[in-house]
Amino acid sequence: MRVTFTVNGRRAEADDVWEGESLLYVLRERVGLPGSKNACEQGECGSCTVYLDDVPVCSCLVAAGQVQDREVRTVEGLADGDELDPVQACFIKAGAVQCGFCTPGLLVQAHALIEHNPAPTDPEIREALAGNLCRCTGYEKILDAVREAAAIKAGVA
Amino acid sequence: MPTRAPDRAPRDLNQSATTGGVGDSPTRPDGPLKVKGEFAYSSDLFMDDMVWGATLRSPHPRALIRSIDFAAALALPGVDAVLTHEDVPGCKLYGLDVRDQPVLAIGEVRHQGEPVALVAADHPETARRALKLIQVDYEVLEPVVDARRALFDPESPRVHPDGNLVRHQPVRVGADVDDPAVRARCAVVVSGEYEVGIQDQAFLGPESGLAVPAEDGGVDLYVATQWMHNDLLQVAPCLGLPEAKVRMTLSGVGGAFGGREDLSMQIHAAMLALRIGKPVKMVYNREESFFGHVHRHPASMKYTYGATAEGKLVFADVEIVLDGGGYTSATSNVVGNAASLGVGPYVVPNIRIDSYGALTNNPPCGAMRGFGAVQACFAYESMMDKLAAALGLDPVTIRQRNAVTQGDKLATGQVVEAPAPVAEMLETLKALPMPAPADTSDLRNLPGSTANTTHGEGVVRGVGYGIGVKNICFSEDFDDYSTARVRLELLGDTVGALVHTAAAEVGQGLITLEAQIARTELGVEQVVIHPADSSVGNAGSSSASRQSYMTGGAVKTACEAVRAAVFARLAEDHGRDYDDLSLVGGKIVSHAEGVIGTLEEVLAAGPIEETREYHHHRTDRMDPFTGQGNSHTQLAFAVHRAVVDVDIELGLIKVVALDLVQDVGKIMNRLSLEGQLHGGSAQGLGLAVMEEIQVRDGKVRNPSFTDYLIPTILDMPPMRMEILENADPRAPYGLRGAGEPPTLSSTPAIAAAIRDATGLDLRRVPIRPEDLTEVPTDA
Ligand code: FES
Ligand code: FES
Repeated sequence: MRVTFTVNGRRAEADDVWEGESLLYVLRERVGLPGSKNACEQGECGSCTVYLDDVPVCSCLVAAGQVQDREVRTVEGLADGDELDPVQACFIKAGAVQCGFCTPGLLVQAHALIEHNPAPTDPEIREALAGNLCRCTGYEKILDAVREAAAIKAGVA
Repeated sequence: MPTRAPDRAPRDLNQSATTGGVGDSPTRPDGPLKVKGEFAYSSDLFMDDMVWGATLRSPHPRALIRSIDFAAALALPGVDAVLTHEDVPGCKLYGLDVRDQPVLAIGEVRHQGEPVALVAADHPETARRALKLIQVDYEVLEPVVDARRALFDPESPRVHPDGNLVRHQPVRVGADVDDPAVRARCAVVVSGEYEVGIQDQAFLGPESGLAVPAEDGGVDLYVATQWMHNDLLQVAPCLGLPEAKVRMTLSGVGGAFGGREDLSMQIHAAMLALRIGKPVKMVYNREESFFGHVHRHPASMKYTYGATAEGKLVFADVEIVLDGGGYTSATSNVVGNAASLGVGPYVVPNIRIDSYGALTNNPPCGAMRGFGAVQACFAYESMMDKLAAALGLDPVTIRQRNAVTQGDKLATGQVVEAPAPVAEMLETLKALPMPAPADTSDLRNLPGSTANTTHGEGVVRGVGYGIGVKNICFSEDFDDYSTARVRLELLGDTVGALVHTAAAEVGQGLITLEAQIARTELGVEQVVIHPADSSVGNAGSSSASRQSYMTGGAVKTACEAVRAAVFARLAEDHGRDYDDLSLVGGKIVSHAEGVIGTLEEVLAAGPIEETREYHHHRTDRMDPFTGQGNSHTQLAFAVHRAVVDVDIELGLIKVVALDLVQDVGKIMNRLSLEGQLHGGSAQGLGLAVMEEIQVRDGKVRNPSFTDYLIPTILDMPPMRMEILENADPRAPYGLRGAGEPPTLSSTPAIAAAIRDATGLDLRRVPIRPEDLTEVPTDA
């Protein structure tokens, strides 16, 4: 089948998509956007998180056909040209990136959190990111990064 | 030369930083790519005409293979090739230390998940369907699943023709521990039996890579590994190629933790690519990943300690059995570590340790962060608490009374030469503020969290301590040297340093450190990190917490050589000698005469490049009968204090605090370092309370992130840390490897805290709810 959707503001088309293909596979292997990661492909790790019409979803659990005519935003679409989103900049600065395999999903999830809750408390950050596994950092620097990004976006840092 | 490079091949990482030398905390050179989703992991590589490789694995832990029929698979449209052991072009066996592992099973499988056949096809789904069409006729045999039986019961079937013992390493110190005179000196004697379950590295980036056939008959391999040159040593012979025709490039590595020290898809992808003449990509899914790499050895340990009334240890009698599973992998060295560190950082005058590694039909085990020291640490720290309880001493006091310090001897007789202020570290840890009582108004602070299992009733708090000692770098006479090439050159109008090594950046921040060292040693701001590949010399493994020491040492040494060459070129230009030069901010300064030249001037005549190897001092093998010998290169210490709330009715646990004091010799980069200490502590927490590959009859029951749990952000408490800098004079900048020690000490600290809360004698990690309630949840 053919799937047509918008990704990061651009039209994307994928041909010969198999029935069982996930949005994650289409992004990674068919439209040249491998930024979303494939750590489990079973909805358990959050590394594949993308926005689907403004809602963060695990793209490994979304069938490719479901995104027809819809809007997807991936980690590749968070920055404004060369200008990193504060969440991205803070992840680097706070040391929240080690191997970085969890990072794309965490960035999208954290970005969505701050959109909806501009001043999250620590328990709120933890709850919002509880579906995103990271094996490297022990999460402390991720908390630092999200706190700081929220403050920057709120204009208080 | 490679025929073609894939899209998103690894590239130079260029970073300019004014305050980015040793001791600063510059950010990662790969950070911008990683946050933009542009960093090329080994699973992200792409070529237009590539096909997908897939692996057929044995469903049985032990079976004979009577026949393999793949005609139907080969006939499936879209399938390019199906390969079995008969298609392995060269040597049919490989292995990290011992070549006992078939590239593809030959007549027999020795663990569930052992690779049996390979498929290449136009789509991963085609490949999966083709795998299902391969008919393997197995004669299923009773698996060998009990490591003690495998070792000590002469009736046990042999997993390999040579028997089931990989290594037995004894340690003997002082008098016979059964000697009545020794026993007479003890006021108390306590015993414990401990078990550690199988832990998985659970790195997030699955095993993956791309093999590209080259015009010269060789192959270009883009893979995620911990040790490229050791891969090469194993891959080339199996492909029947000289090493020069197997060119390896490190692609983005999504975490490693020991699980990438053994090969996974390297030979398989290369075999397929060479057979069909097209690039082959392989990516394991999570379930396959659980079978695609070795795990932490499960351990069964028997300890008896005797001590005086003051709590001074008199003797230790220890038996450690490590189950290596189907193939040898790193078992021999894991046994050595468990033996040499079997009583930890304590002075014990009389010791009998017997450490064994077994082959069974359980999942293969090998390297994982902590490497044999983790298992022993859980047992010896549990014993220290048991001893303290028997003597009415507190856990800190008993440890301080027995802790080694500089000048003392380890169980191996090795003198601790660098500072080892273990007792003081405990004092510092004890003085750190304790967390406030749980705020029960927010469920997220309580065991069970928002599952709303308690509002504070039935919740008891406990406190526990753990000390770990880890050997840094390879031990036992292994010369795990590293190599670095450093070039100083004009990049436009600035001077830049290019650093090239084969060392694997696996997330730990090594490339950040390499750039820092180049800045400090050469006084430049601009540093370019060349992709790690096999065109430069061996850097050794990114394991044993050794890369800061070894590749850090190699980069430093190469920079010193470059600096000397700069001075020599200037002296030649000036036609005279200097003996008082230094390099400061791009200027060459004579102590007596001030600035005498600039790097730009010197490099106008061309770049200066030097390649250097760095070797650590020699170590000894352990004596095969007594275990004695200066076997370790460096020792590093960490102490944890855990505070845990336990819902004793439901057996649910919340780790409230996990505070750490660690001596790192020198803080090279505080930001990266803290990340290592957090991450290492989190893996220890995982082993303490949730992580286990559950195996029954040799079969893995939970190969998914649904059933194998790793800590989430809700499970990790905030950590207070005190980082000490007692330099090790032999190491570059005085540093000590830092990634592993906290993985050792956090597990026993948490276990001790749970014992403190519940009063239970918990002998096994991970501690499960049913261990606390004594109601099995798995009935
Ligand atoms: S890859 Fe989608 S949740 Fe793990
Ligand atoms: S940084 Fe490696 S998994 Fe999060």
